[in-house]
Amino acid sequence: MRYAMAIDTRKCVGCADCVVACQTENNVPMGYARDWIVESVSGTYPKLELEIRSERCNHCEDAPCVRCCPTGASHIVEGGIVLVEHDKCIGCGACIEACPYDARYPHPDGYVDKCTFCVHRVEKGENPACVEVCPTHCLHFGDLDDPNSDVSKVVAERKWKVLAPEAGTKPQLYFLL
Amino acid sequence: MNEELIVSGRNIPGVDPHLTLWHWQIPLYLFLGGLAAGLIFFASLYVIMGKEEKAPTAIKWASFITPIALVIGLGALFLDLRHKLFFWRLYTTIRLESPMSWGAWTLLLVTPLSFIWSASYLRELVPSWDWKFKGLYDFEGWVRRNRKPFAWVMIVLSVILGIYTGILLSAFNARPLWNTSILGPLFLTSGLSTGAATIMWLSKDHEEKKLFGRIDLLLIVIEVFFIVHMFMGFLASTEVQQEAASLFLGGEFTVAFWVFVMILGLLVPAFLEVLEWLGYKVPAAVPAFLVLFGGLMFRLIMVEAGQITRYLY
Repeated sequence: MRYAMAIDTRKCVGCADCVVACQTENNVPMGYARDWIVESVSGTYPKLELEIRSERCNHCEDAPCVRCCPTGASHIVEGGIVLVEHDKCIGCGACIEACPYDARYPHPDGYVDKCTFCVHRVEKGENPACVEVCPTHCLHFGDLDDPNSDVSKVVAERKWKVLAPEAGTKPQLYFLL
Repeated sequence: MNEELIVSGRNIPGVDPHLTLWHWQIPLYLFLGGLAAGLIFFASLYVIMGKEEKAPTAIKWASFITPIALVIGLGALFLDLRHKLFFWRLYTTIRLESPMSWGAWTLLLVTPLSFIWSASYLRELVPSWDWKFKGLYDFEGWVRRNRKPFAWVMIVLSVILGIYTGILLSAFNARPLWNTSILGPLFLTSGLSTGAATIMWLSKDHEEKKLFGRIDLLLIVIEVFFIVHMFMGFLASTEVQQEAASLFLGGEFTVAFWVFVMILGLLVPAFLEVLEWLGYKVPAAVPAFLVLFGGLMFRLIMVEAGQITRYLY
């Protein structure tokens, strides 16, 4: 089993519904966010290109945050989801420094927090909250090892990129181009 | 041109707009850890070589600074933790992949051992000292009889301690400025240099002062060589590392790095130590203070600048 998410950058309008859904579902404190919207503008005026991405933890296969954690609080569970065990986390910040995507943050309660792919919903066979609410259906979630899953199909059909592949983390967010 | 903006309103303290998570605590610890490593290294080295009479300050007086530096450093590390009451979780596991885990276990060993090392010399320095309990006298006697094996343990731990402070940073490949394997040897050399400078400063023995002045001079030369090498590596590497180097070569840390670290922290003390070698009278406190100041500035700048550097996508 290999959970992954595909984000259709051609459909995303940057409404931030995914962000609000996540904050509500996971009780994320004010000003903090487990997912966020990036507007990436490239080119020279008037030839500009805009890409909108809904970003979150990449649940990397070779996760540097898990490697550097001195207590084992950061760990990988079945399906490749990267999680933090709050009662093992000492809040040293090593994982935050280690993440090329700035996907982790120090929770005001002290431990480090991040996207969990809504593991509590996924275990019940549901989609993560962000995927569930997306009004343009630009988020696809599922098991990459299952060729019939929603995410496997779009990743097979469409061109995609991952973020900072040169960091060697083998990220599992696929941005459809 | 490429501009990336988070437009969904994220304002996380310490993370946005760029990482400022590690403040003064981590660099202060890296400095004190390096200093302790340097002091332990030279004290153990002269015991192992059987030349205790050549470096009395290094072995006896300066060794009292080691536990103090380590305790202040540990205090700084503790202040950096955000989930403080769970700090003991460091010691419920050994994670070989995590430099921080290595460091935590090394500190757990080296801190009490450095206390024992200094305590075993206490009666030589304060003859009226009374241990009160017979058991403590016996223990002191046992330590005195086993100075060489003790020194071997300490010298190995000191090298791990000194080099891990650099490897801790270099293992973060998400921060291109830190992600260079030369950082381990560089921090070790810098730590040894601060240790040698402290011994030179404290020593009342003219020969020992001269000896550690020469050692420090050699270490400064090696350190400058490593720093030049580090920049050569960055400039010949990928775009993210070229950008990291540019922070020091025209970017916002240029003045801080070249004035405080390179000139005041390395070149001026090296020049003063050469003058002293040539027979001019130079008070040891001046180059020693500059080396210590430069060592602290180097770590402050590296930690702050490293957090700004990141991957572009």
